Formats: sequence, structure tokens, C-alpha cells
Amino acid sequence: MAMTSDSSGSSFRLSMLIYDTRYRSITIQIVFLFLFMAGFAWLVDNTLSNLAQKGKDIDFGFLGSRAGYDINQMLVDYSNDSSHARAWIVGLLNTLVLALAACVTATVIGVIAGVLRLSNNWIVSKIMTIYVEMFRNVPVLLWIIVIFAVLTEITPAPNAFRGENATSSMLFFDSVAITNRGTYLPGPLFSRSLGDIHLGIVQVSTNYLVLLAIIAGSIWGYRALQHNAAAVQEATGIRPVTWWKSALIIVAPTLVALIVMGFHLEYPELKGFNFSGGSYLRNSFIAMWLALSVYTGAFIAENVRAGILAISKGQSEAAFALGLRPGKTMNLVILPQALRVIIPPLISQYLNITKNTSLAIAVGYMDLRATLGGITLNQTGRELECMLLLMLTYLIISLIISGAMNVYNNSVKLKER
Amino acid sequence: MSNTKISFVRTNMLPQKSPPSSQVGAVRWLRENLFSSPLNAMLTLLGVLIVYFLIVHLGPWFKNSIWNANSLSQCREILAGESGACWAVIKDRWHQLLFGFYPQEAYWRPVLTFVLMIVAVAPILFAVVPRKVLWFSAVFPFLAFWLLWGGSIWYSVAALLGFVVGFGAFVLLQRISALVAVIGAVLAPIFWWLFLAGPVDTLLTAIVPIRIPAIQSHDFGGFMISIIIGVTGIVLSLPMGILLALGRQSDMPLVKWICVGFIEFIRGVPLITLLFTASLLLNYFLPPGTNFDIVLRVIIMVTLFAAAYMAEVVRGGFAALPRGQYEAADALGLDYWKSQRLILLPQALKISIPGIVNTFIGLFKDTTLVVFIGILDPIGLSNAIRADSNWNGIVWELYGFIALCFFIFCFGMSRYSQYLEGKLKTDHR
Repeated sequence: MAMTSDSSGSSFRLSMLIYDTRYRSITIQIVFLFLFMAGFAWLVDNTLSNLAQKGKDIDFGFLGSRAGYDINQMLVDYSNDSSHARAWIVGLLNTLVLALAACVTATVIGVIAGVLRLSNNWIVSKIMTIYVEMFRNVPVLLWIIVIFAVLTEITPAPNAFRGENATSSMLFFDSVAITNRGTYLPGPLFSRSLGDIHLGIVQVSTNYLVLLAIIAGSIWGYRALQHNAAAVQEATGIRPVTWWKSALIIVAPTLVALIVMGFHLEYPELKGFNFSGGSYLRNSFIAMWLALSVYTGAFIAENVRAGILAISKGQSEAAFALGLRPGKTMNLVILPQALRVIIPPLISQYLNITKNTSLAIAVGYMDLRATLGGITLNQTGRELECMLLLMLTYLIISLIISGAMNVYNNSVKLKER
Repeated sequence: MSNTKISFVRTNMLPQKSPPSSQVGAVRWLRENLFSSPLNAMLTLLGVLIVYFLIVHLGPWFKNSIWNANSLSQCREILAGESGACWAVIKDRWHQLLFGFYPQEAYWRPVLTFVLMIVAVAPILFAVVPRKVLWFSAVFPFLAFWLLWGGSIWYSVAALLGFVVGFGAFVLLQRISALVAVIGAVLAPIFWWLFLAGPVDTLLTAIVPIRIPAIQSHDFGGFMISIIIGVTGIVLSLPMGILLALGRQSDMPLVKWICVGFIEFIRGVPLITLLFTASLLLNYFLPPGTNFDIVLRVIIMVTLFAAAYMAEVVRGGFAALPRGQYEAADALGLDYWKSQRLILLPQALKISIPGIVNTFIGLFKDTTLVVFIGILDPIGLSNAIRADSNWNGIVWELYGFIALCFFIFCFGMSRYSQYLEGKLKTDHR
């Protein structure tokens, strides 16, 4: 290096790579990159030589071959002749359904518990405190197992519903049966069904699509009506009576569509040794759903409580001074501000629910981990590929959830100027 | 008004009247706290109903508890059809729930380790404990390893000496330059562990054989394994999380993006997939022929997992610091590490105490997941106990006991964090 011997003030010396802040960060990054690449290469090299030693290769071709196992809960067509890739999708959908259901109920439970914990009613706030502390400080896995045990050990067997002097009876006018094999509910049926549409890998019932579209249209119509009423009020000072119109807009189209499609309920009946007909929820699903809901609900309750406490008392006092009633104070002043505090931790709770669905292994619910990361992995012996796909799938779900919720978070964020 | 005749002026004071009965004592408390509005009254009734329901259903079960029996069928005989808890299973099998299949004659070792652990963490948790105990805290991990796994003490000592060597190299080389000292402090222990630790261990074992019977990892179980994994994970994940948080805050894009990638990857996948990786795949990533202890693999994975969450918590603490703190540290002329160590980190860590402790609690609760890769934690042992014909069919007592133990640990941690928050509070509000 000729440059190092050069001692004139402006020129470059090797020691400047370390002592000059202009270059130091580049040096550190290059060293860091070198170490990182070396470590990575070491891992890859080890993996390749280990695979070679066991006579394996990295090949995702197994996804196309016949799965050969049954899945007891499926939202799309699947049989043991389907491919491993298909089993992967069935598992993914089971995971998503569980996560979605648990997110909804956990939010409801959490908001109610969080608000009630702040209530000035002594007994209610104490009960909620006990609920929150009890569920937060015991592992979720234990709650899943306990709730599953309650469902299988305490509920009656289907044959307890039989005969003249049955020891158990169905709930809600003979429509719901809770047994140790699962819960049987009335199932929706359409006698004049519109059929299914095949969307590539999944098929969707047109009936539900039509219903969804009609409900979305009703909501749009309702908002237009409210908007119109507000405009009239602005112009004339008198708000037109809208309640019967809004009721009609929301209820009527859906009702008409249901009647046209011949909507009716199919009730479960005891036939032979078990119930048949209606919808059937497995105990494994219910246990996961309940456990994740009450467990995460306790965390959400704390987030909601913290969010409400974070709003200073002056805000509600100012709202009262403006003459707003308590309901409006809550809706227009407190909640919009509290939501800003609540939503970021809420997002991470939703992510936690999604990740905790993988604990379904404890109760045998056929989720993503049980299909792709369980039976497929064991049958094909392709640990590396299966775990890679499994992690990638979870990662993508997590990124989508956090991305979507961040968009929402940005829309309610305080616009600082 | 001077000519108005005052006919009567009271000369003595009236005795003070007692306040209205609705404004004092229990009645007032009831009115204010339970029946202030119709809605509140309804909620109160609902709450009382729930409590009543629980007492009616669970009261007899607790009241008829049975502590002395050899099997579930004997419990049922004593109960004669009534509902009652059979706590005899805990009395019969508590040692398994606590220690797993650890040999009975060696129970003193985990117990002693636990007591020493309390001594070792005391100076870290409470300021009143003399600072000199910290030296013991530094030695404790090696002592605990020796006590729990057994074997020759010189193995632990040789591992510990690696750190001494590193420190010595740092002190010696500091005279040359700080950078050389850091490089030396990293390389010297590695050299020691790779080439010298083994011979030193063999030599010392040959000269002064101090050894206790070795116990294999697969005999470990129960709350012992939960505490081992939990405490090690907690101790290791905090510094690693801080480093990751600093990396994520760094101005250097390369360091930053590698840290971001690591954190987001770990936070995006469930712990259970990482544990499966530890049990199924970790041997693929290591040189052929290495065989890693399963407990060690789990500790590595749990630590990585908790560190990613810790990094986000600490980053939140950094984000909450006013910009002026960074600028003031720069203005004082402190370099990067000094400004972090003396000014920014203490404040950021103080802000993030609740989050850090929550992560600790989460980590401790997550140790239950190791049951899925075949480590007998309390939940795994409850299945093992049920497999015994004496206790086949017992459920609630085992789960209740495990839940109670976890509750005590986790609730204790959250109470400690509240105490610490109160102690470190510097704003006088």
C-alpha cells in the first residue's frame, strides 16, 4: 500500500478506516457483512454436507404427490387422494378460520372486560381484575388443555340425549346439542341455491357472495341516507325523520334475498349413536377458539383499560362543558383518541392469536402445522422443505395482518402538522 | 336594623347531628359502589350471581378435598359419590411435578441451585443487597451448570476461565489500543475454549478429582426444566435484545436491515415452529457429527425468540426518549457506546420496564411448549402421571396445581415490575 506511507495531511491513510468517522461506518459494515456471509455460508455448507450424508436433496416435488391422509375439518374439497399442496391449503384455511373467529371474540371480550374493570362498581371491577390476572398469568397451552378437558369430560355423550328419560337435553328449543364429541348447531341451507363458483383452488358458494354484496349495498345506502339527512339538517336546521327508512334499507333487501333463495335451517337430530344434520363444530375447534378468546381477551382488556386511562380527564370535562351528552362524549371525544392508543397493541394481539393457533397440536385440530408441518412432514420425511414452507406461510400471514392493520392505524393516527 | 328587637338569641350550640344514614358507613359505600344507577345495580346482581354460582359448584369440591390416598379409586371410595378434589395425587407425585425423573437421591442439587439462584439474583433485583454479592452472581451460572448436570467441576471452571482470559487480554491489550483490546477480548476466549480448555479440564480432573454423578438431560423435567429454560432465556435475551434494538436504530443500513430482517422473521413465526426447527433441523445446520443437547437447543431457540420481542420493547423505549437527550449526549462529546451506556440506555430501559417484564412473563409461560418436542415439562408430566393406572382419569387437580405454580411465578414477576417502576420513578407527580 503506497498510500499508507504518505503522511501529507489531506491524503488517505489506512488508519482513517478506523479512526475517521467518515469511513468508520463503512469499515464496520464491511466487516459485519463479511462475518454475516461467512456465518451464512458455514450454515449452508453444513446443511448441504449433512443432506448429502443422509442421501437427501432439497426438492419440493412432494407437494404434488398424493397425500393419503384424511383431514377432519375442511372448508374446501379434500380427500386422501388429494395432493400434499391441497392439504397445505386446507390446513391454512383451518388456521385462518380459527384465527379470525378468535380475533373477533377476543376483541369483544377484551373491550367489555377492559371497560368493566374501570367501572366504579366494586364487585364487577374486582371480578374483572381476577379474570384478567388469572388468564394473563397462566400459560395459554394450559388453558387450551383445560377447556378441551371440560368439553370432553363434563359434557354428556350423545346417548345421554336418547330415550324417554334422557339425562341431557338440547338447548334453545331443541336446536343446539353440546356433547362430548362436539357441538351440533342448526345449519343454514338454501333450497333454491345459486350454486358454487370455482375460483381456481377454492370454491365459493354464490349464495353467500350474493348476501355479502346485498349487505354491503345496504350499508352504503344507509350511509348515503344519513349523509343526505345531515345535508338537509345543515341547510334547514331540521333533521328529517330517517329511522324507519334506515331500518328498511338495512333489513329488507337481505330478507328478500333470503326468502328468494329459500333460506332455512336444518336442525341436528339424534340418529343411531350420534347426531346428524346441521352444522358440527369439533371440540378441538371450540377448545382452541374459547381458550384463545378468553386468554387474549385478558390482554386486550388491559390494552383497552390503558387506552381509556391515557385520555386525560380534561377531555371529558371539556366535552361536558360543550354540552355533549355522555354517549356523544364517549363516541366523539374519548373513543377516537383512545383508539389511537389501543390499536397498535391490538394489532400485536391479533398477531399473537394467529401464531398461537399453532398450539392446536395439543388438541388435534387440523391446522397448518398439523397438515403441512405434521403429517406431510412425517410421511415424506422432508423436514427442511416442510419447515421452510411452514415458517414462510406463517410469516406471510403475519406480514399481511400487520400491514393491513398499519394501514388502518395510519388512517386514525393524529395528523401532526 | 338597630331598632329591631331581637327576641331570642341562642346562647348554647346545638349538638352536632349524625349525618343521614344514606351518607355514612356501609350504606353509603353500597350506594356509591354497587347501586349508583339501575345499570350498576343490574351489574352488581349479575356479579353476585356469578360468585354464588362458582361457590355453589366449586365450594364442595374444595371442601371435600382428600389428601391421603394411594389412587384415584381410593379417593372415590372415600368420597362415596360426593364431589371432591383428590389432592392426594399432588402429595403422591409432587416430586415428579417439580423435578421430573431426576434421581431422588440427588434432589438436593436442584434445591441448592435454586437457593443459590435466589442469592445470585438478589443483588440484581434489590439495591439493599451488598454489591459484592454480584461476584457470586457472575460465577453462579457455571456453578449451577455443574450442580445440575454433574460431572467434573473442572469442566465448568475451564469454561469460566475463558471469560477470565478474555478480560485479562482486554486489560493487557488496552495499552496498545482500544480496538486491539476488543478484538483480543473476543479472540482469546475462543482460542482458550477451542484448544486449551479441554486439556486443562483433563489435567485438573486427573490431579484433583472433584466430581458428582453426571445426570443426563432427558432425566430433567417438571418445574425444574421450566425454570432452567425460563431463567436462562431471560438472562440471555435481555442483552441480545438490547443489541438488536441498537442495531435496528443504527445509521448503518447494512446492520440495520439485517437486524430488522432477523426481528421480523422471528416475530412472524410461532415459537412452536422454532422449537420444531430446534429438534428436527438444528443438526442439519451444524457440522456433521455434532450432537447438541436438546435442552441447550431449546434454550438457544427460546432466547432468540424472546430477544426479538425484547428488541422491539427496547426500541419503543428509545423512541419515547426526547431528541434532546441524544443531542445532549453528542454535545458532551461522548462517543457512541458511552452515550448509549451512560445516557440513553438507562432511560430507555426504565421506560420499557413493563414491556420487558411482560416479555419475561411471556417467555416463562412459553416454556410449556417444550412438551411438544418431548421434554417433560409439568404439562408433559401430568400426562405421564395419568398414564399410571393408579391415577388414570385425574385431570383438574393436576392442572390446578400447575396453573397455581405458574400463576405464583408470573404474578410475582409482574408485582416486582410495578415495585421497580415505582422505585425508579423520577417525575414528582
